[in-house]
Amino acid sequence: MLRQIEGSRAVADAVAMCRPEVICAYPITPQTHIVEALGAKVKAGQLRPCEFLNVESEFAAMSVAIGASAAGARAYTATASQGLLYMSEAVYNAAGLGLPIVMTVANRAIGAPINIWNDHSDAMSQRDAGWIQLYAETSQEALDLHIQAFRIAEDLSVPVMVCMDGFLLTHAYERADIPSPDQVDNFLPGYEPRQVLDPAAPVSIGAMVGPEAFTEVRYLAHARQSQALTLIPEVVAEFTKTFGRDSGGLVRGYRLEDADTVVVALGSVLGTIKDTVDELRGDGMRIGILGISTFRPFPSAAVREALGSDGRVKRLVVLERALATGVGGIVSADLRMALAGGGSGRAAEPVMSTVIAGLGGRAITRMSLRTMLAEAVAGALEPLSFLDLNKGLIEREFIRARRTRRSGPVAENMLRDQGLTARIG
Amino acid sequence: MPYQSIKFIQTGSLAVGGRLLAEDQRSVQSGAQRSNSLTLGHRACQGCGEALGARIALDACQRATGGKTIAVNATGCLEVFSTPYPETSWQLPWLHSLFGNAPAVAAGVAAALRAKSRDDVRVVGQGGDGGTVDIGFACLSGMFERNDDVLYICYDNEAYMNTGVQRSGATPYAARTATTEPVGPEPGNKFGQGKNVPMIAMAHEIPYVATATVSDLRDLEYKVERAMEFRGARYLHVLVPCPLGWGSAPESTIEVARLATQTGLFPVFEAEDGEVVSATPIRHRTGVRDYLRIQRRYAHLFKPAERTEMIDRIQRGADRNITRFGLLPADDIDAELATVGAGRAEEITS
Ligand SMILES: Cc1ncc(C[n+]2csc(CCOP(=O)(O)OP(=O)(O)O)c2C)c(N)n1
Ligand code: SF4
Ligand SMILES: [Mg+2]
Repeated sequence: MLRQIEGSRAVADAVAMCRPEVICAYPITPQTHIVEALGAKVKAGQLRPCEFLNVESEFAAMSVAIGASAAGARAYTATASQGLLYMSEAVYNAAGLGLPIVMTVANRAIGAPINIWNDHSDAMSQRDAGWIQLYAETSQEALDLHIQAFRIAEDLSVPVMVCMDGFLLTHAYERADIPSPDQVDNFLPGYEPRQVLDPAAPVSIGAMVGPEAFTEVRYLAHARQSQALTLIPEVVAEFTKTFGRDSGGLVRGYRLEDADTVVVALGSVLGTIKDTVDELRGDGMRIGILGISTFRPFPSAAVREALGSDGRVKRLVVLERALATGVGGIVSADLRMALAGGGSGRAAEPVMSTVIAGLGGRAITRMSLRTMLAEAVAGALEPLSFLDLNKGLIEREFIRARRTRRSGPVAENMLRDQGLTARIG
Repeated sequence: MPYQSIKFIQTGSLAVGGRLLAEDQRSVQSGAQRSNSLTLGHRACQGCGEALGARIALDACQRATGGKTIAVNATGCLEVFSTPYPETSWQLPWLHSLFGNAPAVAAGVAAALRAKSRDDVRVVGQGGDGGTVDIGFACLSGMFERNDDVLYICYDNEAYMNTGVQRSGATPYAARTATTEPVGPEPGNKFGQGKNVPMIAMAHEIPYVATATVSDLRDLEYKVERAMEFRGARYLHVLVPCPLGWGSAPESTIEVARLATQTGLFPVFEAEDGEVVSATPIRHRTGVRDYLRIQRRYAHLFKPAERTEMIDRIQRGADRNITRFGLLPADDIDAELATVGAGRAEEITS
């Protein structure tokens, strides 16, 4: 059924149709609407049997999910930003224990300075936690990915994080096709855990493992993630059959056919990039897009395949909504690994430029993208650049820092320079 | 008429050995059929109070639930000595997640069971004092506050033993650990008397809170059984001497625990809905010196010279417990104290 619906509510509808048995969460903007909507459904009895737990922290939220999942219940939670970091120890633990928990991350920047707006720093910080990470481009895709996430998680015994851009997707009203509960039931069988806490067949879960087998345990986790590279396309194919639309997957190409310049990005910014690329194509530039839907496991082979091995792609522009401070791009590093993994016989690798953009909610505009991509095509883009960086602001801070060794809190200095007073609570 | 003469042996503790009693009066612990939730092969030190406490508590729980208990364990000695992969001493379903989240994980298990309408299966969360009173404290308080159907058992050996005897929030005043040395002029713990989690649990007004020690295993069994009669959050705080960390002889574990109760340092009581309903009276009142002297962690109180002031302070803490919980029959308490603890003392002696 087509509805004009807030992204968070669309996701709550999808999660509810997946029949989670335990939902636990701790509030943090911009995740709140999802959990509140789910709470209302539990209250209305639309989700029986389901236990909704108000926990005292994100660490507890993930811990409750761990206990519930180990006891054989389908468990769901959602968080963002500081909350994801606060639960980090348990995030790793859930993956180590092989528990198929599904979690929404409503992507938001990490402080300090505290910032409630969107970027990908939170999810990126947990990229090696052992979770599968799926990134949604639209509300529709966020909805669809949640349904796929439970399937993938339970098929592989690996937890799945569905990442959706805070505010841009969680709070935007878009048209979405809401499936019927029957469709979801047909697609997603009940959860049958491989190993469960059961007095009839007692097992010890979470025992200590020493050096003699730890590498093997980790290797198997890696192997299971690698299986996801085969499973995810199969799940998408089945999803398309059941729901009549294509959603998610490993990577999604756009106008790649003859592209010599390819923009790589994740999440909702892909929409803006598509519009920009359409315009630039009108100007005669041969630009295409590679959207990464599955970031963990990293779909190296799919990336290579999408970019071809004939040397047609001369330039890659990686637009990243997170920064590896002191290094640059996070996705870029994985892309380099992927391209290097193609073996010999490949044409020269494309020139790669990393563009850090949209940090802490800064809008990524078509105008800025146009300018940056034109530079890229002209071969003038630096290996690492920051979109719309206010150089004047930084220069003033540099000068201040040179004048006195202690220049005070940087963030406040810059707000003062801009003539802004803090308005954010 | 045929008769059998029975010879009772006075052990100094007023306890009667199980084998001297008729079959039906014996402790289940002496029966061949007992469940042995924590079975042999584990790697606890000799005389480990925690191993003993956990086995007795979980066995009692298994009896109370007809063998349908799930245990969730925090990181710590109990977890480490019981389960190096691929071996396990646990004969019941057991889950270890992290050091600081056992109460929340247990709450998650309980929620799953509720969702699955398995109200026959019950959940026990357990951990050491560090996992309980320090790093797991927020999760514990949250679990209490939500009144999740979990019995949480803290095995209190008054320090972080698994990492090599560092101070925890439950380390008592003057006790020496590896990390109390740098703080303050004395080698022992400079701070108050250890976080009193039973009282904090009572402040949450959860259905049942109790304390116990490994010196009275029947009482420990009773407390677990009683706890399992309630639904909702329950808390059991068990004092478990650690020969390694306390510097006590492995064969003295029971004696040390008993002295902790007989001095009044560790009050043994039960509370329902936030009110104390019973306390175990002291039978042989003992001064704290007898308790302190047999543990090397207190050696600095006696050598090179006795630190009378510090010992007196510990004694005052014990006396306060005796008054507060009415641990002595009313006629044993001097007139002044009797007026303070009168109501309770009556209840307990009657
Ligand atoms: C987050 C975290 N911090 C620290 C540790 C290290 N650690 C493991 S067990 C332990 C001490 C356990 O003390 P306690 O809970 O009192 O149990 P005990 O070993 O004394 O029985 C510590 C500090 C850890 N595993 N996880
Ligand atoms: S260190 Fe203490 S608590 Fe740990 S196993 Fe040894 S005696 Fe038991
Ligand atoms: Mg301890």
